[in-house]
Amino acid sequence: MAVDEKLKIELGKQGVLVTTLQELYNWGRRSSVWPMNFGLACCAIEMIATTMARYDIARFGAEVFRPSPRQADMMIISGTVTKKMAPQVVRLYNQMGEPRYVIAMGACAISGGPFKQGYNVLKGIDRYIPVDVHIPGCPPRPEALLEAFITLQKKIDAQPLTGEGRPRFLDAEAPGEFPVPDQGQHDLEPPSNRSVWPVPITLGNRE
Amino acid sequence: MKTVEEIKAAIEAAVPGAGVEIVPNPGPSAQHSLLLKPERAVEVAKFLRDDPELALDHLSNVTGVDWLDKEITEKVKVTRTVTKTVDGVEQPIEETVEETRKRVEPGYLEVVYHLFSVAKKHGPVVLRMRTGNRSDQVELPSMTRVWRSAEFQEREIFDLYGVVFKGHPDLRRILMWEGFKDHPMRKDYVEPDDFEYEPTAHDEVLRRAQAHRALEAAAAGKGAAQ
Repeated sequence: MAVDEKLKIELGKQGVLVTTLQELYNWGRRSSVWPMNFGLACCAIEMIATTMARYDIARFGAEVFRPSPRQADMMIISGTVTKKMAPQVVRLYNQMGEPRYVIAMGACAISGGPFKQGYNVLKGIDRYIPVDVHIPGCPPRPEALLEAFITLQKKIDAQPLTGEGRPRFLDAEAPGEFPVPDQGQHDLEPPSNRSVWPVPITLGNRE
Repeated sequence: MKTVEEIKAAIEAAVPGAGVEIVPNPGPSAQHSLLLKPERAVEVAKFLRDDPELALDHLSNVTGVDWLDKEITEKVKVTRTVTKTVDGVEQPIEETVEETRKRVEPGYLEVVYHLFSVAKKHGPVVLRMRTGNRSDQVELPSMTRVWRSAEFQEREIFDLYGVVFKGHPDLRRILMWEGFKDHPMRKDYVEPDDFEYEPTAHDEVLRRAQAHRALEAAAAGKGAAQ
């Protein structure tokens, strides 16, 4: 139920504010996304730079880094996720309250990066938890993280509150907890959560 | 600084029966190393640290090497006594025959220590120790009681190569998790098969991705047949 843009502007000139509950609600949600205070590798340095005066993520309402997952809305996976660390990352994500978002920052977080074939490196955190925005780069510059954050805000803004495509916390059917992988004798078990990460189709594995 | 030969002589004078061998380095750096007997290694290490002339007070690096079983083919000249008929009379005659022999030299794990002296500003002195084999005789003495900086690096070698350091104060895995069974830096380590998604595969990775897909297809075929 959208208000006609032209009518809205016209009414605005008359001093009348017209909006929808959805717009107001999403504006509130996107303007105070608090990130969780944790970093995994060198990308964390760029993330810290993003919060400082030169790049100033406070302009977007995301400067309050919370050291507790209970108080955080956004997880920035900033760096290489080792197989030793992966269960803890999934557990932290499970401990966050809805609404929650994930930005996978840098080549390692999205795919394993230069360490992809390493024996202790997870080939992308999206194998276990749903990722909203992926940023390539090694490491991505603070501008790239800001761009990712703006992309996330646009995504939040566009979410309807009812029906198809509504956020997970308004959908009783949506999963709230994601299975934490076990550290097995040779590898993580299971190696990926197929309900979150169906194997992407590539030229090589297309049948 | 003393040459390796001089250090070896000094060790043998101070620690009788130390049995130090020199492992030559044929490269241009000529950084020869000293192979220690594990039984006497701690005594030798204490001497190297406390000797006023060497004063090797800084252990900068500990690393491991995995040497697989080596099959050596060599030609050996063997003298045999053969009975031959010479001039109608049977006589034993010595004959030299060339024989090709194959022997397997058992593999071992090796630990390498790099020592420097901060006080004397010299180094490195390279020490090596070797285990009996790669499976059940993998114990070596820990150097942590001599140089404290060995602690984490020996834990790393324990984790990645499987060398068990006797006398180590806290020998646990450091990079991999408890319950992990393999030693990833060993040459016969088999990596877990997680090659289901390789968007830009080539060479070795492409081969492994194809092998993974073949396995998955076979499993799917079996599932459909049942």
